[in-house]
Amino acid sequence: MSDETLTTPGVAPPPTETELDARLALQRTWWRDAGPLRWLREVDHKAIGLRVVFTALTFFLLAGILAALMRTQLARPEHGILGPDRYDQVFTVHGTTMMFLFAVPVMMGLGLYFVPLMVGTRNIAYPRLCAYAYFVYLIGSLFLWISLLTNTGPDVGWFAYTPLSGPEYGIGKRPDVWAQTITFTEISMMAFAVSIIVTIFKQRAPGMSLNRMPMFVWTMLVTSFMVLFAMTTIATASIFLASDRLVGTHFFNPAEGGDPLLWQHLFWYFGHPEVYIIFLPGTGMVSLLVTAFARRELFGYTALVLATIATGFLGYGVWVHHMFATGLPQLGESFFTGSSLLITIPNGLQIFCWLATLWSGKLRVRAPLLFVFGFFFILVRGGLTGVMVASVAFDLQVHDTFFIVAHLHDVLIGGAVFPLLGAILFWWPKWTGRLTSERLGRASFWLIFLGENLTFVPMYVLGLRGMPRRQYTYLAASGWGPFNLLASAGAALLALGVLVYLANLVVSTRAGAPAGDDPWDADTLDWATSSPPPAYNFLRIPVVQGRYALWSRTADAPVVTGLALDRREVLVTSTLDATPQLRYELPGPTIWPFLAALGTGVTWIFGVFTPWGIVVGLALTGPALVAWGWPRRRRATEVRA
Amino acid sequence: MNPLGDWFGRHSVLDPVGPHAARTMSAGWIVIGVCAAVYVAVLVVLALAIRHARRAAAPERGPETHRRHVRVVGAAVGATIVILFAFLFLDFFTSRGLAEVGAGASRPLTIVVTGHQWWWQVTYEDTAVSARFSTANEIHIPVGRPVMLKLLSRDVIHSFWVPNLAGKRDLIPPYTNVLWLRADRPGIYRGQCAEFCGLQHAKMDFLVVAEPPERFAAWVANQRSPGRSPADPVTRHGQAVFLGSACILCHTIVGTPANGRVGPDLTHVGGRATLAAGVLPNTRGNLAGWIADPQRVKPGAKMPPNILAPRDLQAVVAYLASLQ
Repeated sequence: MSDETLTTPGVAPPPTETELDARLALQRTWWRDAGPLRWLREVDHKAIGLRVVFTALTFFLLAGILAALMRTQLARPEHGILGPDRYDQVFTVHGTTMMFLFAVPVMMGLGLYFVPLMVGTRNIAYPRLCAYAYFVYLIGSLFLWISLLTNTGPDVGWFAYTPLSGPEYGIGKRPDVWAQTITFTEISMMAFAVSIIVTIFKQRAPGMSLNRMPMFVWTMLVTSFMVLFAMTTIATASIFLASDRLVGTHFFNPAEGGDPLLWQHLFWYFGHPEVYIIFLPGTGMVSLLVTAFARRELFGYTALVLATIATGFLGYGVWVHHMFATGLPQLGESFFTGSSLLITIPNGLQIFCWLATLWSGKLRVRAPLLFVFGFFFILVRGGLTGVMVASVAFDLQVHDTFFIVAHLHDVLIGGAVFPLLGAILFWWPKWTGRLTSERLGRASFWLIFLGENLTFVPMYVLGLRGMPRRQYTYLAASGWGPFNLLASAGAALLALGVLVYLANLVVSTRAGAPAGDDPWDADTLDWATSSPPPAYNFLRIPVVQGRYALWSRTADAPVVTGLALDRREVLVTSTLDATPQLRYELPGPTIWPFLAALGTGVTWIFGVFTPWGIVVGLALTGPALVAWGWPRRRRATEVRA
Repeated sequence: MNPLGDWFGRHSVLDPVGPHAARTMSAGWIVIGVCAAVYVAVLVVLALAIRHARRAAAPERGPETHRRHVRVVGAAVGATIVILFAFLFLDFFTSRGLAEVGAGASRPLTIVVTGHQWWWQVTYEDTAVSARFSTANEIHIPVGRPVMLKLLSRDVIHSFWVPNLAGKRDLIPPYTNVLWLRADRPGIYRGQCAEFCGLQHAKMDFLVVAEPPERFAAWVANQRSPGRSPADPVTRHGQAVFLGSACILCHTIVGTPANGRVGPDLTHVGGRATLAAGVLPNTRGNLAGWIADPQRVKPGAKMPPNILAPRDLQAVVAYLASLQ
């Protein structure tokens, strides 16, 4: 395909009359209902997915504003913009928002939107559960932010170490707000993860055996499993903490046989996998973009899949490297040095495979691909500084300093945000039907790229020069001023880049060139349907003939027939080979997930103030769940296509 | 040397003055060097790949390309594994070497450091109970002699860190952690709390003063003596005000009825270089300001403002400054 065709909308052959009838029937069946409560009843995976993505991006911007506040405060020694009380709330809510309300949800939201499209099905498994999960996530997020705006935001760090967050030192309700926000996101992310796993295992189009799944789907699969195990751990921890604080248990109270280190083990057993939960979908996006813009198959697909799975497992074996300074036995620490170095091997392998793919491709350098280049530049630096801190002795020098701040931001911004920004530009045509501006895309890339480097590279130096993290100010005599000023200037550049990026999205949605179905000549099934996709995703479920579904599709490719037109039927296929097994009807729109989410919100929010909140909340949630699951009478007639 | 002058460049991981920090950095430089080389190599390959693939007429897909990729990627993974194994052994032997620095010590000096929100209590242990003494936010050690720090916390988790001397170690209730130090050059080295511990985590500093053994012995002898008795009317008045106010609920001055255990021991406060945990130079003006309104310097600190008549305040300052 030549470059000109990129901007020319795809021309589809005129539809036949039966096809039109089928489209109308499917539209009636799958379209959201029109009532005033439409938004609350919605169960379409695309609508919910976009909702999650845009809510998460909103929190990304809000947490970015907090970052800007911190950089303003730290730009000069003894600056008076934020006092210690406000600063502690700001950095706690920044970290909590970025990790729990932005990074994991945005990846899950993209999974909700794209996994059903990429595997060729009409909706996510458990659509009502996903609707419920969105509202739970929204309520929990608002709870945290309303707390911050009313000066009761948590102030004990996103890691909430006991005893600082415990009943004796974490005064007021601030740490409770943190613990309950975490509970909200645990519930919703686990619900999304279960839906994504089942969709991937049971709803793939015929022919899409496991070894033909797009890398992005693989990464979402591994990520979702990681969410299940990581979130249950932090659920245990946050419930222990909440009960220590609210009902007087002693899980973390040494005076009664509890142990503050228990908290750290539980937290980091979740906390380190969390990094990979955020990073792996980023690698999936890199694989997608590299394939599309290098115009060739991924080199080392099997290796990439195995590396992803290996990362998923190894990610659970490295948590103690966050605790080297706690005085654990030295041999044990060496074990975790080994495991932390070990996880570099699959990560390195992924980098090498992408480089090989790029090398032998025919590159079209477009704005989304620039973000992939930025990913290499920044993530590899973050990964290598990660190798440095895997060493116990070196880590003890830089642990809890700005060196680590720089390292973790390089990993998370380079490894997740850059691929995300690239992928959003890549996918925007699919969501809106319009191409984004290449010029604005490039401008935003350079601003964000330069801003990131200018912000975080000086922080490595600050860490080595002895500046600890999480301090609201520093003395002028420290000499840290110039490097901090540089970092703050970088943050301003970064913020400007994000604004240009947003402007690009807004402008292109109104005035962008029409995109057509597949403006990038990409290979995954999401590009086989119109942009934006119809409510039912595909008129006919395709039969997949190769690993790169659209590139290997022949002109006479078979399609699935026999799914009902008047019911929300999807095809269930076998887990390994995706051979058809049965037709399955998914539920339609309903208000009950929303009401159940409200009940859940009452449970956790009022539970902060009185144990009776749990009782009242359950009394509200219970009936909503019963009504949600109430069986309906089945219609007798069937229409099939 | 003025401890609160410009400490940039001296307060650094990169300027070790003891065997712990030195060994850490000599291993650290190897790791940093190798990682930097790997980083440059990856970026160079990325740049070459971009150049190569932009000029390509079509994607290369043949079995020959594949075989070449397998060889190159395989070699890169192999190199990664070799480098990581080297790092693992380097780390293991570095950690073992660091442990031996302490274990080989024949006559270590034992100091108990207790973290409080937001200051450091420093108690010098001795077999004779009468020879023990306490100070705050300033740790004097003899040059060349290994020091064993027993680290405790009375409230939340803190972390003890002197970048020039050694890596950090957390103070976690109810545990006793141990950190070994040795300073090989005399000097004043800054330390700071490295684990977030609440409102004034940022202003929880301390100084490690490494001095020749004779000077250290003289310092110890002085610290073991009770607080100096007031010699003139102003300091006598100051002592009376101090002992008659709320100060004694929290502070100790050995040799007087003041024996509060909540705040820093003030027996020799006049001889310390800093006030408020390494934050203010110990001048009379700063001392007066600190006593009158600690919240201005460290909002959230546990010390309340003290409303004293100017004459009383000046007298208290004179008295405390005389406690050399």
